[in-house]
Amino acid sequence: MARIGVFVCHCGENISSTVDCAKVAEIASNYPGVVYSIDYKYMCSDPGQNLIKEAIQKHKLTGVVVAACSPRMHEPTFRKATAEAGINPYLCEMANLREHCSWVHFREDSTTEKAAELVRVLVEKVKHNEELYPIKVPITKTALVIGGGIGGIQAALDIANSGHKVIMVEKNPSIGGKMAQLSETFPTLDCSQCILTPRMVEVAQHPNITLYTYAEVESVDGFIGNFKVTIRQKAKSVDHKACTGCGLCIEKCPIKKIPDEFNAGLGNRAAIYVPFPQAVPNKPVIDRNNCTYFLKGKCGLCNKVCPADAIHYEQEDEFIKVDVGAIVAATGFDIKHSDFLPEYGYGKYPDVIDGLQFERLASASGPTLGVLKRPSDGKEPESVVFIACAGSRDPAKGIPYCSKICCMYTAKHAMLFKHKNHHGNATVFYMDIRAGGKMYDEFVRRAIEEDDVNYIRGRVSRIYEKNGKLIVCGVDTLLNSRSVEIEADLVVLATAAVANSDSEELAQKLHISYDQYHFFSEAHPKLRPVETNTAGIMLAGACQAPKDIPDTVSQASGTAAKVVALFSQDELTREPLIAYVNNNTCVGCFLCQSVCPYLAIEKEEIRRRDGTLVKTVAKINPGLCQGCGTCVALCRSKSIDIHGYTNRQIYAEVSALFNRREYAGV
Amino acid sequence: MQEFEPKIVAFVCNWCTYAGADLAGTSRIKYATNVRIVRFPCTGRIDYMLILKAFQNGADGVIVSGCHPNDCHYTSGNFHARRRWIVFNELLELLGFDKRRLFFSWVSAAEGAKWANLVNEVVTEVRKLGPFNEYEELSKINVNSIGEICNV
Repeated sequence: MARIGVFVCHCGENISSTVDCAKVAEIASNYPGVVYSIDYKYMCSDPGQNLIKEAIQKHKLTGVVVAACSPRMHEPTFRKATAEAGINPYLCEMANLREHCSWVHFREDSTTEKAAELVRVLVEKVKHNEELYPIKVPITKTALVIGGGIGGIQAALDIANSGHKVIMVEKNPSIGGKMAQLSETFPTLDCSQCILTPRMVEVAQHPNITLYTYAEVESVDGFIGNFKVTIRQKAKSVDHKACTGCGLCIEKCPIKKIPDEFNAGLGNRAAIYVPFPQAVPNKPVIDRNNCTYFLKGKCGLCNKVCPADAIHYEQEDEFIKVDVGAIVAATGFDIKHSDFLPEYGYGKYPDVIDGLQFERLASASGPTLGVLKRPSDGKEPESVVFIACAGSRDPAKGIPYCSKICCMYTAKHAMLFKHKNHHGNATVFYMDIRAGGKMYDEFVRRAIEEDDVNYIRGRVSRIYEKNGKLIVCGVDTLLNSRSVEIEADLVVLATAAVANSDSEELAQKLHISYDQYHFFSEAHPKLRPVETNTAGIMLAGACQAPKDIPDTVSQASGTAAKVVALFSQDELTREPLIAYVNNNTCVGCFLCQSVCPYLAIEKEEIRRRDGTLVKTVAKINPGLCQGCGTCVALCRSKSIDIHGYTNRQIYAEVSALFNRREYAGV
Repeated sequence: MQEFEPKIVAFVCNWCTYAGADLAGTSRIKYATNVRIVRFPCTGRIDYMLILKAFQNGADGVIVSGCHPNDCHYTSGNFHARRRWIVFNELLELLGFDKRRLFFSWVSAAEGAKWANLVNEVVTEVRKLGPFNEYEELSKINVNSIGEICNV
């Protein structure tokens, strides 16, 4: 027999000014099963909580209803008090008299009546509450970091330095990401590689980090603390253990005219290659799509010259299975490439280039060794036009968002050009200058005021070639929308930052959500910006949205802190309000499986002692289930239920709503 | 004569509409006392048989409300709720049930005023419709009398 206690809180005058709390307590005392009922001024205060604790012990209560504020406010408080009195905390429920009654109604009889009914509903619910215990999930204290750009590097180093193991997977032959391609970084103009490469080396040498380059995540199973990941190690065709990195093979390779990805297509590389001189690991891989041996079955020159006998043409993709407890997605971004802006001749005129190509031209390690030479004829340009928002903030191009980094890097590019050619003309077409950030606006002002960069507010309508010059036709909206034409030797487009082409595929492998532009979605845009909606999977850097280096590094450190916090416990404690299956009635239709957003429903075989199969039923994985209950409402045989919101509880609530005949006291 | 006070049940999700109703409270927005809120983790949890149960128990109108599309705390529960709602409504139509007593809405955690307006509108609408007696009328017909009605 249920023994319920009802505790009505006045909340000072917040409840008692419109609700007659004493009367609610009196009415509640007549509800079937209620053995104790009292009102008190501040139930959440120490004396108030003691009142509850003493009543639980004195009256041997089997259920507690606290009629006070919203359970979203004080449910943990009262559940804790209940537990301290020696009964299961999940035997405590709250009736929301403040937010849902006293604050939203005037003082009338109906307000007190409503308050008493709200209490009655929860009394009926709590009769069916069960003792629940937090779920313990073991944690594998190894993190997987996907992506070896600055975001992944920072997260991996932070986690590894906290004493936990890290596995890093990078799809390219070297880590470093986009940052390795940059010449200088805003707003300090320090050399990108000078600050990045020491960290790349640190990753490679760190005892806690296992690095897989030229590898991709093949599949992800499991749940927070217990992910099972398969990594596809693409065949490098070079045994990196034997290879000394001497570079003889690269020198002798006869196929040398392959557009170099690292130099954004402005230079060439061989079919066996190291992406850039400071690459980590600094050992080559064979690009099988371009290698004569793989295309025609002959050549084998690299094999002949290799002094270490490290070339292995027969190598195959290898699948490596690892167990990890947390996953950090730090896969970065891409920029829109040619044929995106036909009106600017991007992809048609070789001297219309994108921002990343300009970075390579300006870089001391680039194809021109830092001398700005335009791609068409190698001439050093005298007049350069930079176009910001090339594609960004343009709904017609399908990219209504701001790419965030372009205002700053365009100012940087203009400055870099002016520093190399003091008498040259630098013109920037812009829509707005968005330079929010420490020392950012000062940086743009410096470009305009000290380096004499000509900023024109307006869009460019088209670019065409005339007598070896690029004619940029635009408009100056600050000069009465006067149209302007500028002769340029080189045009640099700050093309939109977009998600990687394979980001959707990866998101589906990780079971994380992504937005309409295929950037990964954070769990909450403000309060949980580094986690995803899938527990145990976090984000770092521009895979979430376009970001600059400081933002990426901050987020990566934030993510690392989340991972380390997770790893600081041996077992994960989770709220037990999750779904469960009644094996006796489950018919194994698995409709529930198709609606579960967390893929938490597995198949379980019920067998006799002799091993013969009786039936296959659904099984909820407690590590994955988040307790939404969609499966419960869907189940046709009513075989799934959810703790905390069981069918019995909910039906009891609904039946108690208006059923006045049984309650003569009201 | 005293004005008819309809009894309204609201099935809401914990993350959006329940929080929205909390916000109406913290903002001290006044609305009609007729509504009783039943909290669910997600609108996807709501078994629509509960709606019939509510009507059986004397409700005159029912509100189902959750997070806006794409805002679901559980990513897709509200879509399942909406899909089932459409099918359930077709069933009710087949049964000849007065669907004007059912209300579906999206109220986010930031929309306290929208919640208050919704409750007031529903109360006004259902008040116009009058008390819901069909269920009791139906329950008077027992199995034996069905035989009489059908002349078997």
